[in-house]
Amino acid sequence: MENVAINCPLKPKDYGSDQEVKWCPGCGDYAVLNAVQRVLSEENVPKEKAVFISGIGCSSRFPYYIDTYGFHSIHGRPLAIATGTKIVNPELNVWVVSGDGDALAIGGNHFIHALRRNVNLNLLLFNNQIYGLTKGQYSPTTKQGQVTKSSPHGTIDIPFEPGKLVLGSEGKFYARVVDTDVKFMASVLLAANQHTGLSVVEVLQNCVIFNDKVHDLITNKAAKQDHQLLLEHGKPMLFGQDNQKGIRLNGLELEVVTLGQNGVTMDDILVHDAHTESAVLHNLLIDMKLPEFPIALGVIRDVKALAYDELLHAQIAEQQEHAAFNSLDELFASGNTFEVK
Amino acid sequence: MESVVIEKAVIKFAGDSGDGMQLIGSLFTNTAVNRGNQIATFPDFPSEIRAPQGTVAGVSGFQIHFGSSGVHSPGDAPDVLVAMNPAALKANLSKLKSACTIIVDADTFGKRDLEKAGFDSNPLEGNELADYNLITAPITSMTKLSVAELGLDNKSAVRCKNMFTLGMVYWLFSNPLEPTIDFFNAKFSKKPELAKANINALQAGYNYALTIEAVTSSYTVLPASKKPGIYKNLTGNQATAWGLMAAAKKANRDLFLGTYPITPATDILHELTKHKWSGVKIFQAEDEIAGICSAIGASFAGDVAVTTTSGPGMALKTEAIGLAVMTELPLVIVNVQRGGPSTGLPTKTEQSDLNQALYGRNGECPLVVLAASTPGDCFQWAFEAVRIAIEHMTPVILLSESYLGNGAEPWQVKSIQDLPVIEAPVLNGDKDNWQPYEHATDKLIRKWVVPGMQGTQHRIGGLEKEEGSGAVSHDPENHQKMVNIRKEKVARVANYIPEQRYKGKDAKKLLVVGWGGQFGILLGAVSELQEEGKDIAFTNFNYIHPLPTNTAEVFSKFDRIVVCELNDGQFASYLTTNFPQFTFERYNKIKGQPFTISELKNRFNELLEK
Repeated sequence: MENVAINCPLKPKDYGSDQEVKWCPGCGDYAVLNAVQRVLSEENVPKEKAVFISGIGCSSRFPYYIDTYGFHSIHGRPLAIATGTKIVNPELNVWVVSGDGDALAIGGNHFIHALRRNVNLNLLLFNNQIYGLTKGQYSPTTKQGQVTKSSPHGTIDIPFEPGKLVLGSEGKFYARVVDTDVKFMASVLLAANQHTGLSVVEVLQNCVIFNDKVHDLITNKAAKQDHQLLLEHGKPMLFGQDNQKGIRLNGLELEVVTLGQNGVTMDDILVHDAHTESAVLHNLLIDMKLPEFPIALGVIRDVKALAYDELLHAQIAEQQEHAAFNSLDELFASGNTFEVK
Repeated sequence: MESVVIEKAVIKFAGDSGDGMQLIGSLFTNTAVNRGNQIATFPDFPSEIRAPQGTVAGVSGFQIHFGSSGVHSPGDAPDVLVAMNPAALKANLSKLKSACTIIVDADTFGKRDLEKAGFDSNPLEGNELADYNLITAPITSMTKLSVAELGLDNKSAVRCKNMFTLGMVYWLFSNPLEPTIDFFNAKFSKKPELAKANINALQAGYNYALTIEAVTSSYTVLPASKKPGIYKNLTGNQATAWGLMAAAKKANRDLFLGTYPITPATDILHELTKHKWSGVKIFQAEDEIAGICSAIGASFAGDVAVTTTSGPGMALKTEAIGLAVMTELPLVIVNVQRGGPSTGLPTKTEQSDLNQALYGRNGECPLVVLAASTPGDCFQWAFEAVRIAIEHMTPVILLSESYLGNGAEPWQVKSIQDLPVIEAPVLNGDKDNWQPYEHATDKLIRKWVVPGMQGTQHRIGGLEKEEGSGAVSHDPENHQKMVNIRKEKVARVANYIPEQRYKGKDAKKLLVVGWGGQFGILLGAVSELQEEGKDIAFTNFNYIHPLPTNTAEVFSKFDRIVVCELNDGQFASYLTTNFPQFTFERYNKIKGQPFTISELKNRFNELLEK
């Protein structure tokens, strides 16, 4: 990791700020704050080297609650702001905090372009499928037909699947987590932080007030074994009670199979490869929907590539090596000049 | 044959937008600059890259005014018009003065060409041009002959006709061919046949004009008497780019440009991106908003942050400018103005974004507004914009204009050593008692504390902050206090800028007021009237907000004040708001074109006679 600190045994709670946290009781955001603090501690990130940049929305209050540098900016723009910050100082550990409205509606353009460039940032994408701060309008991830304050007759919009947008934008890192499992989330955020380039972590997050239980089918205790596929690189895609169920490739599609039934053995079960350049399987995994499939969680894609900020600084260094001028004075006096005496 | 010495002359090169008029314009400019002439140039081209050929809409022009003295503007009407086709002639006919020399390419005056340009009959054959010194040259066919030995295809051969024409004009003004020959040898060092073709055409044009004795005598323009020093031809956009680089150097920080391409500002990006060797970080963003937001992120991290744009882009950046005001971060926003509103006239000049710069944001959102006044002084004003942004922790809007950005003049080469140091308000020492939103008592600025500095972690943002601690605050008294601080901080910049000066110390009757880039033309008009003994003075504003502290005192010296600007009276309204005790008469023009000296003199004479 880039921020090696000496004598920095900070505990997770040491990263907390002195501000009172003002999210609603029971909000999924608390879990993310908790997990992020764990990762900063585990990675030994000095407080002054971490920067949290957010847009507008409930999630964007995040920077106030963490004792690092922070910038609570304007709606939809945190990725653009963070790009400038990271370019100027690549040594900083820059996190962007955004939501489904902030990143995918008003900030959609910055989202796809930051991915395409692969700027070395971590993006926490809080997806509660609703506009919370404006009190309950449908967002770009709200399920079609859902009744909200701005869609009393049901939405007619087709929602984005954020992960597919990441892949379509040449994204190199995409993970999906739920807000009910802090430990798992922390392990995923750790991987995100260790990835060079733009790491998108979509948090399926509950809004207790305006979209309560939106992810309940995935997260509730009774169902989660059957409804969650926890992916790990190099491990077979098993889920369900006693890991009896698995994912098999059938032609160009995935299917759920049960070990021991119809001659299915472990050899039939797909082994997760997060590091493959090909996005085909990653796309299929992202696209799995209830009730036919479990929801894929964990690091779905983690592919090595050079980051934008590295390339930018490499280009400057290369130009400096082959500079036609040694100083601005030389530049100013170059070319066609004439002297008046 | 003798060569007559003249003080100054205006040449207009006009042709199809693919005819290479901008190129020969800039080559002529370089030759004039090399000789030490004063110059002012005005490129005027359609917004379509290749507008319909042969039509008036597709005419591209480049006007250059050069001389040994008295060159303040690109000039009103040309002394020599080069018209590469009937459309170029048609587009300029109404602007010609008598006895003007017109060079036309006779090969392009066929029936179809005349129709496309909207001529009913061939103007070369009638009496229409009898008052002018018309030189009808078979430029296309002569050009083809001049490059015949090189075996080029027809298209490539014909493309050299602009050089043949340039050669003719060089002879008219006794210009040396060497600088242009050197240019082609360097440009086409790997394609010598193209260099040879252009040089052949240039020499053939020169010899042709000499042989036919195109005018009774050729002209010579002597070098100008200028302040001693090294000079160099610069466009306003280049000068802006260089001023920004120089300022970053003097602030001892790196320069960051976050921008999105837009006419006519893009050349600033083109220039800066050539100079990555200087450490400048260039981010060509996905849109105007990301351009400014990345710059705000860069400023947060401690770089000298700049975004460049034109009117429509400014509109998109509005919300982010408010964020920079609210976070009290240094930021320079360069607006090279063009004709508006909306997409408007992308390649034409106007000064109509002043209200946008002063007021175009939500909330009480004051910032500093500066305006450059000549292509060369874009350097100085870009530097000053950075100085004020950093030393006063505020966004600064620098208004340039298409007329300045694309125009050129000799710029006296500056030495970095001679420029003032820019002092950033960094936090030295006592971190324990420092607060992120505490304001210094003199300038009312907060400290520029950037991520990476240990022990000073803090949060900034668009929500109102408590004075001092920087905690989010909705307290009514605090909001009023912070609004006042932001306003007063910008107002106090006036204490750190020079007084407003004016030309015409003994005048009492009429004060001509300009701002920004119409400076040269206004100065030219007023200077001529002053030479005629008229009671007239002139002042041009570069510090727009805040205004210099002695502004009212200057106004009070005159009976009448007329504010001249390329908009519907925006600066005049602003002055009226600030100084209701004075009456500001207006002279406005909104045609996408700069003022002309003659129209200004007419208006000023009317006012003087009232």
